[in-house]
Amino acid sequence: MSTQAPSLEVVDLRVEVDYGAREDIVDEITLHVAAGDVLGLVGESGSGKTTVGLAVLGHTRRGARIVRGEVRIEGRDILPLPPLERQRLRGRLVSYVPQDPASALNPALRINTQLEETLAAHGFGTSTERRARIVEMLEEVLLPTDDIFLKRYPHQLSGGQQQRVALAMAFANRPRVIVLDEPTTGLDVTTQAHVLETVRDLCSAHGVAAVYVSHDLSVVATLARQVAVMYGGRIVELGPTHALFTHAAHPYTRRLVEAIPEISGKHALIGIPGTAPRPGHRPVGCFFAPRCSFAQAECHVSFPPVENVAAGHDVRCFMHATVLAESIAARPAARPRAELGIEDALVAVRNVQASHGARQVLFDIDLVVRPSECVALVGESGSGKTTLARCIGGLHGGFEGEIFFRGQPLPCGSGARDADTRRNIQYVFQSPYNSLNPRKTIGQIIAQPLGVFFSASGADARRRAVEALERVQLSPTVLERYPQQLSGGERQRAAIARALVAQPQLLVCDEVTSALDVSVQAAIIDVLAELQRELHIGLLFVTHNLALIRTISQEVAVMSEGRIVERGLVDDVLESPQADYTKKLLSDTPSLEAAIAASS
Amino acid sequence: MTGFIIRRLLLGLVTLWITSLIIFAATQALPGDAARSILGRSATPESLAALRQQLGLDKSVFTQYWEWISGVLTGDMGASLVNSLPVTEVLSDRLVYSLFLMLLAAAISVPLGIYLGAASARRRDSAFDQTTSVATLGLAALPEFVVGITLVVVFATNVFTWLPGVAVTEPGVGPWHYPKQLILPVAVLVIAVVPYTARIMRASTVEILESDFVEMARLKGLPEQRVLWRHAVPNALAPTFQVTALNLAYLAGGIVVVEAVFNYPGVGLLLVDSVRSRDMPVVQAIALLIAALYVVLNLLADVATILVSPRLRTSLE
Amino acid sequence: MTDAVVVESVPDLDERPIRPSRLLFSTAWRQHRTKIGLGITLLIVGIAVIGQLYTPYPPDQGVENLFPFAQPSSDAWLGTDALGRDVLSRFLAGGVSVLVLAGLSTAIGMVLGVAVGLTAAYSRGKLDDVLMRSMDVLLSLPQIVFALVLAATVGPELWLLVLAVGLTTMPRAARVTRGASVEVVEKDFVRAAEAIGLPRRRILFSEVLPNITSPLIVETSLRMTFNVAVVAGLSFLGFGLQPPAADWGLMINENRNGLTIQPWPVLLPVLAIALLTIGTSLVGDGISRAAIGIERGRSASE
Repeated sequence: MSTQAPSLEVVDLRVEVDYGAREDIVDEITLHVAAGDVLGLVGESGSGKTTVGLAVLGHTRRGARIVRGEVRIEGRDILPLPPLERQRLRGRLVSYVPQDPASALNPALRINTQLEETLAAHGFGTSTERRARIVEMLEEVLLPTDDIFLKRYPHQLSGGQQQRVALAMAFANRPRVIVLDEPTTGLDVTTQAHVLETVRDLCSAHGVAAVYVSHDLSVVATLARQVAVMYGGRIVELGPTHALFTHAAHPYTRRLVEAIPEISGKHALIGIPGTAPRPGHRPVGCFFAPRCSFAQAECHVSFPPVENVAAGHDVRCFMHATVLAESIAARPAARPRAELGIEDALVAVRNVQASHGARQVLFDIDLVVRPSECVALVGESGSGKTTLARCIGGLHGGFEGEIFFRGQPLPCGSGARDADTRRNIQYVFQSPYNSLNPRKTIGQIIAQPLGVFFSASGADARRRAVEALERVQLSPTVLERYPQQLSGGERQRAAIARALVAQPQLLVCDEVTSALDVSVQAAIIDVLAELQRELHIGLLFVTHNLALIRTISQEVAVMSEGRIVERGLVDDVLESPQADYTKKLLSDTPSLEAAIAASS
Repeated sequence: MTGFIIRRLLLGLVTLWITSLIIFAATQALPGDAARSILGRSATPESLAALRQQLGLDKSVFTQYWEWISGVLTGDMGASLVNSLPVTEVLSDRLVYSLFLMLLAAAISVPLGIYLGAASARRRDSAFDQTTSVATLGLAALPEFVVGITLVVVFATNVFTWLPGVAVTEPGVGPWHYPKQLILPVAVLVIAVVPYTARIMRASTVEILESDFVEMARLKGLPEQRVLWRHAVPNALAPTFQVTALNLAYLAGGIVVVEAVFNYPGVGLLLVDSVRSRDMPVVQAIALLIAALYVVLNLLADVATILVSPRLRTSLE
Repeated sequence: MTDAVVVESVPDLDERPIRPSRLLFSTAWRQHRTKIGLGITLLIVGIAVIGQLYTPYPPDQGVENLFPFAQPSSDAWLGTDALGRDVLSRFLAGGVSVLVLAGLSTAIGMVLGVAVGLTAAYSRGKLDDVLMRSMDVLLSLPQIVFALVLAATVGPELWLLVLAVGLTTMPRAARVTRGASVEVVEKDFVRAAEAIGLPRRRILFSEVLPNITSPLIVETSLRMTFNVAVVAGLSFLGFGLQPPAADWGLMINENRNGLTIQPWPVLLPVLAIALLTIGTSLVGDGISRAAIGIERGRSASE
């Protein structure tokens, strides 16, 4: 397939912000994708990957502007075309699959209208022919084709169905190039696996060149033949998927691969220190140099040129030879886990039922967390895992059954619990973007539990706060800062520090890494594992990501539709799952290792 | 959906009923002697007693309210204290004048506001948008009587004398017989309403134009006209309906001042005169009428919103 | 989530901590409309507050030797009004009442409204319904009509006017407060405060309230703008200050019939009220734009 002439060529593309200072969002972007191939465009938030994806359609968001470069589709550069002609190409020659179909489908128009107009706008056939094509498209994306379905509005479909409608729309006019912008974010793993399969089949069946934009290396690895890694608005490495993940020549790619959790748990998670620079805040020289362990003096002087290290494998790093020499297999092994002790339970959940309004969301829950141990609570969205965590944390309105904390029954709401219990059970929330009051400094935020639980103030409070910050590897200078002046990872650390100053025995962590980039996620997991090891805090680690749990927890409970379907030691459950649901979850979770193994 | 509308209707009636209680409490059941405060300190005991009887003040508060509200429901709102005519009769002529004024103002200002708002949103940050923004902000701030007197100074008395500054009417002749007299009062109301409609329409259109589904429509290669009219505008209508209803209800407050400025013989001027002469039955009736207008307009807005929002419509089916 | 495109320029958040309220005001201050609006407002407030101390004549007595509606002269720079009193003196003395009455009723209405709105948003459920429905009832009468109904019974008393305008300001303030807080009370930092057992009142005032200051400041300026109009309008209709007091609304009412002969006693207060309302609404708009700009810049940087 790759022997064909490229369907899509992007040459030296530059997009700038459209005001004041001429800062670039992305620059020096060069890509080729052959018909039927999928290119994975990978980067963390702010890397510019979506900007590049949209530029392939000759489009920029408000406030941005394409200032240089070519976007050739089947040899023709679409950027110099007048706006009206470019508009006619969109949706016909090159089409787009949005990140969040729930907001990208018009809530006021029926599915049929939105599919039909995509065809009609490009002058496709008569209305009977369009009707036939709509049916054909829906069949391709495995959706029903009856009138009842076609007359639905987007909000009457499930998330997976909405994304399939968006796929059908994108493939409707048989485009040559298609841009998929993280189309499976927000879908649960099973739905994601099915949607990915459909994408792959459609691209190869219709010979479409696809650009798959994603922050998730595992997803990209299962789908793409080539991968381009973006950092700070530049492509820092580009090559065949297998080569890139086994012989990464750029330190950033390498760290990114190491930061991905694996179900097999064969390696420790290693985060990348620091955060990615935003446009206008990029350093002189190589943008990655400040976070790079390989960096030499020259890295801080100029941005490295593109160098070819193998067939079709380009990298922008002065140190690529050194990086390549360090074998990826030399990753440190996972730390041995704490031994299981047989003490009394820290938390024991007995036959708990809970509801949201009239709908029951938890059924007959039994769970035990032992002191200084970590139990992972795994499930897809809607499985009830957060409700269970909130019941334990005293944040859910009410439940039936009993929850014991150190042998004492826990009242439902935090208001009904005594101060000591409230202090001993601390909750860390999913999104650090809304768990820290934006109108208070980190110092004020951390001082609050100190005041309530220890009547600590002044120098004493400050000393305790600094101590907690050091535990989560934050410098005391953040005390004077407001949350919005910190990065996502730093905010989550601050949130953990707020929980720590209470000196709890149990930390309930509710999806604490799901709002963060992979490299940051790994570092947070590291912090939590250390707390468990050194402070002997018990953890209830709620997550949707099976791959994360082996690095941190001893036991796991798998939840589905409000019930715990399987409970056991992590190794047992992951290696020989008993429940069908766990088996399906395991096989649907994308794995970088599996993808690499399959492609070699 | 009918169930929803009936619920809304009932809610509106409850609102109206509580408003009637408030109006009644404020005008008749307030502590103190209403008859004395109407007649003043010099009133003779005989005249006080007579007025108390006429107002029903000698009965219990509940009886008074019941008599009043049952009268309202059967179309009998009592008699004016000033000329002893039935309130309904006093009101009917005036109502025609006011409704005509309001309808005229609404018919001009609602489409104008929607057009200005949508046009500003489409040409966001252009000179047109900036000018509209500053103009609507300034005009929205001005009290009606300030606008009214300014228009009188400019067009009726001091600068030009093109238009009449005061309405002169004969009884029994509809307001449409004096089109020239209507121009300035209508202009004041239009100036009072257009800025709000325009600003809300602009804001909601801007928001919709930034939405993912409008970007998606553009990325599908749809012509810009279809993006605007088929994708953006239907979604921008719902909030505009709500604000338009509030605006039109707000016109009821506006006409009080406008009619006083132009001496225009509508309900608003009647209210001012009745308050001055303490003509309670008339004041009560007009207040209730204005509250009813508010309830009806809100109900209409709710229905219109449901009709343009499939999400609401389907969830109610 | 998406790639960062900063929409409006906001001071760099990375460098050093800036208190959010300071950031709001400094961003607002960089808008021309805020400066112009504040300048106009201060000018009118200055005239009203200081002017009453420097009236050339006693404002409620006729000027000797001058007829009603006398033209501007060296004796009376802006002429006399319908009763032969000095227009300039009455103008200088007549602004304070509008400011005080509007300011007082705005303050009462905002305090009550914020309390109701916060309670409704935080408690949800039945209490929320009852509170907001009763606010809706108060909305069914326009402010000026509500005040007129009260005036019909009690007469044109100033305390009544303040009460009527304050009470009708309340439901509007409550709606805005509730609207802004429902989002905030759902945030996890409020859950965090509940989890450590912070009392309800502290959660409302130290966690929720600081997060809705921008919409509340904007609402205050908007309500002030409207209340100036209502208060002056009621005076204009004759239900505010009573003769012979000097008051801008009353001046317009008293001298309307002489507009063609002697426009000054009408034009001056009309101009002053117009400037005052435009000024306060410009300030509100400047702050509102700044708040939106900061919000955009923030969400873009995340």
